[in-house]
Amino acid sequence: MSSDWEVVIGLEIHVQLSTRSKIFSGSSTAFGAAPNTQASAVDLGLPGVLPAVNEAVFPKAVAFGLAIGATIGQRSCFDRKNYFYPDLPKGYQITQMDEPIVLGGSVDISLRDGSSKTIRVTRAHLEEDAGKSLHEDFHGMTGIDLNRAGTPLLEIVSEPDMRSAEEAVAYARTIHQLVTYLSVSDGNMAEGSLRCDANVSLRKQGEQEYGTRTETKNVNSFRFLEQAIRHEISRQKEILESGGRVAQETRLYDPVRDETRPMRSKETATDYRYFPEPDLLPVIIDEAFINRVREAMPELPTEKKQRYTEKWQLPEADAALISSDLGLATYFEACVASCDDPILSANWVRGELLGSLNRDDLAIEDSPLSAEALGQTILRIKDGTISGKIAKTVFTALWEGKAASADEYIEAEGLVQVSDTGELEPIIDKIIADNPKQVEQYRNGKTKLLGFFVGQVMKETGGKANPQQVNELVRGKLG
Amino acid sequence: MTNEIAVTEEVVSNVAELAQLRVAEEDLEILTAGMNNILELANQMQSIDTSGVTPVSNPLDATQRLRTDEVTETDQHELYQSIAPETEGGLYLVPRVVE
Amino acid sequence: MSEAITERTLTEQLRDLSSGEYSSRDLTEAYLQRIEYSSGINAFITVSAEQAIKAADRADERRAAGETAPLLGAPIAHKDIFCEKGVRTSAGSKMLDNFISPYDATVVSKLRDAGAVSIGKTNMDEFAMGSSNEASFYGPVKNPWNTERVPGGSSGGSAAAVAASLCSAATGTDTGGSIRQPAAFCGITGLKPTYGRISRWGMIAYASSLDQAGPMARCAEDCALLLTHMAGPDQRDSTSSSEAIEDYSIALKSGISGMKIGICREFMEGLDSDVAAILDNCRTVLSDLGAEFREVSLPNSHLAIPAYYVIAPAECSANLSRYDGVRFGYRCEGPENLEDLYKRSRSESFGREVKNRIMVGAFALSAGYYDAYYRKAQQIRRLIKQDFEQVLGEVDMILGPTTPGPAFRLGEKVDDAKSMYLQDIYTISANLAGLPALSMPAGFTEAMPIGAQLIGNYFCEAKILKAAHQYQQVTDWHKKKPVVEKAS
Repeated sequence: MSSDWEVVIGLEIHVQLSTRSKIFSGSSTAFGAAPNTQASAVDLGLPGVLPAVNEAVFPKAVAFGLAIGATIGQRSCFDRKNYFYPDLPKGYQITQMDEPIVLGGSVDISLRDGSSKTIRVTRAHLEEDAGKSLHEDFHGMTGIDLNRAGTPLLEIVSEPDMRSAEEAVAYARTIHQLVTYLSVSDGNMAEGSLRCDANVSLRKQGEQEYGTRTETKNVNSFRFLEQAIRHEISRQKEILESGGRVAQETRLYDPVRDETRPMRSKETATDYRYFPEPDLLPVIIDEAFINRVREAMPELPTEKKQRYTEKWQLPEADAALISSDLGLATYFEACVASCDDPILSANWVRGELLGSLNRDDLAIEDSPLSAEALGQTILRIKDGTISGKIAKTVFTALWEGKAASADEYIEAEGLVQVSDTGELEPIIDKIIADNPKQVEQYRNGKTKLLGFFVGQVMKETGGKANPQQVNELVRGKLG
Repeated sequence: MTNEIAVTEEVVSNVAELAQLRVAEEDLEILTAGMNNILELANQMQSIDTSGVTPVSNPLDATQRLRTDEVTETDQHELYQSIAPETEGGLYLVPRVVE
Repeated sequence: MSEAITERTLTEQLRDLSSGEYSSRDLTEAYLQRIEYSSGINAFITVSAEQAIKAADRADERRAAGETAPLLGAPIAHKDIFCEKGVRTSAGSKMLDNFISPYDATVVSKLRDAGAVSIGKTNMDEFAMGSSNEASFYGPVKNPWNTERVPGGSSGGSAAAVAASLCSAATGTDTGGSIRQPAAFCGITGLKPTYGRISRWGMIAYASSLDQAGPMARCAEDCALLLTHMAGPDQRDSTSSSEAIEDYSIALKSGISGMKIGICREFMEGLDSDVAAILDNCRTVLSDLGAEFREVSLPNSHLAIPAYYVIAPAECSANLSRYDGVRFGYRCEGPENLEDLYKRSRSESFGREVKNRIMVGAFALSAGYYDAYYRKAQQIRRLIKQDFEQVLGEVDMILGPTTPGPAFRLGEKVDDAKSMYLQDIYTISANLAGLPALSMPAGFTEAMPIGAQLIGNYFCEAKILKAAHQYQQVTDWHKKKPVVEKAS
């Protein structure tokens, strides 16, 4: 039944640009201030005020454009989009209509089944955010906080290239990864730094025409995005299969009830009467500027992943995991730089480090163990000072702040691996003498018991013996 | 395009909606006439061939100056709200909005 | 002194103040008395008497302490479109009747920094939309030359205040002629500088791509002095120009011999014969001073009014959306819901002309009409601009009429919008092109003053001010003063 319908999804993603001040005023963009304490005369739209453009938004938008292979508008113009709403102080939003800063481009998304797909980006334009309406009860009134009004946004509009909620989420995640990588945005979704509007429609398989779409607004987590789209798909399917027609409308996703419902306001006036913003002039973005931005751009996630697998021979999965997050990748690379062992570094980053971060609910930037310290620990494994097992003890100690460096801890706790044959031989001899039964079984072919002897030696030495050496010595003595 | 563009009372009602103006039934005629007075002047442009002419949006054809990304504004919400019709707890109040 | 101190030019007063003939307090009090005496003119919306006297006293103290400033102690009136911190700034509208501005316009702070005393806020057509000052919430301004006539608009209060000697000089704004037309009607000198010459920050917007502030004063010399202290780039106004400003007062001094002045054929066709005769006289005077005249043509000038009445309403329809009863200004009683709040707050407080223009603008920008109206008008604007660029490549400036005739009677055109709109026929094209233009008194008809207009090239304010100043050195039209009767 469901295979009769093809789902068509396009996303509009609003990314908050990480600037200190707003796009058209010198107000702070810091999150969480008391209501209206960051709303200046310009943000309030007082009579006589004028916008002044923040230069910091341009390199960010251009970097994003370059990263997706888009055309950068050499003349970037602002327009007014007119509608009345209490969180829109001027009665118009300053945005870009005819001459946006980013045109075209695409991103590749990876899907769970291992396949990948290219999603085209129509455009990305600069605009100002609106304020916030607080619907808590103020004697039956709504409160308006304009701190967010004028916060710089890059609205990234995709082509209707996605065919499932999974693809939409993968696309949104890819955009999120890209904008955080490029420091275009802090990507903090809980604070609204990345919000998605999903345009969803259904059509019969094989049909050329798109069906009527709905726009589900302001979804601010990947989980909600997936749920909202799934919900919208089944709602539309139900309507269509019972012979109804989908109404073109704007809907809101309610995560508590897991449903979308039509928005009752804002969209009554759909004629936005766009026209060029007369208070602002065209911004000229020349080749030299674009080149400067290009030169300052960090390596992108796909480029990193490729380098990890090709140059450092990391397994595909490790490379994908580590490159997906700029913080993690930066940490990993610093670790490699200090121990010169990408494979071991990847193992430790993926295993102990991520495990500990998750357990303690810490971001990579807040790791108590520096990449250099981890690198030093790995170096001590490589040079045989400690075993892998002891290294975990060292890791934990460093994580818990019990020592400043691996060497200090190894020294203080006497964890140096015993590789001295003269020291190990008497211990091995004693264990052989104490376990005649096992010796006999071993010699009768039960060679698996080698592990038993090695284990006993390790136990006796408190784990400090070099396991490889013990292996050899025990095997030699048991003949 | 003809010279004859003139608005009807119905168009005026729709535009009033866009402009969020209340037009009383008895004023509709006056407003329609008022608009048509201006549009009659404006319609004189329609016979002029302007194909290929770049529109002016700024008389100086200048380009935008940019501002350094610095926080230069301080909190003045008390001053700004001293002239507001209705506020509470630092918020501007409006009749309940249902989204 | 033979004449009253209030009747001297700003330049003369500043000389008197520095030589100690009288104090700023004397001058300010004299003006305050005259404002009271002439209140029938209705030139002011707000008189800042207390504040002005304090500022005058401070100016006198500074002067006594040996300090100087270019406009120290001169009482200036601001059109009530300029935000002045702590002072009601109404834009002539009921919408802003309760708006005490929390900040200063750049023009206001610059003039204050230059030492000027702000004496009050002058009456104007609501949101600068009008040519007669009859569209003010605060009632019409009367022309000091004949109180049955209009002072022109929208800066009618400023023009009347200068003409009636209620202040040393005043500020105005000009979107389609709003400085020049009232200056002409009231017999004073008014300059609309190049678009972008003076910051628009804090100047309540009507049509952003046309609005420009300028000085209104007794003579070109005063205008030059004021312009020097009003002009300049402003970080807060992206459209303000960074083109260097001159000391316009110094630029006045040299002669105009060899200056090329164009007479625009289209402006002279069908011109009222009295106005034509006055212009002819003006031309003779300028010729005698050494100027060379030639005929020029602005073939698209007849399209200026049509284009203006699309562009200005379109921009105003968006600019006036912020007046929604939420953050400042008028809010209707007991709104039932949000829509009611918006619609009633706006409808109850905007006047008829403002509503007309908002409506026309919203219509011209609406789906299906944008190209036919707004885009078309901006293309026509290009044609008009190109006409001027061509002509001003050949001549230094254009001489023409400011208005079709003298000030009309109050109420005469209130119900004849089209005729009212045609008042700006000679002034509007300079706004569309963004050029500087000045109106100076050049004669009388029907016992009412008539203005001559000089339109110059971009940023060539100095040239037109110089031509006007040299003209005023050999004529005395600008020295004529109306006799104002005491308010009953």
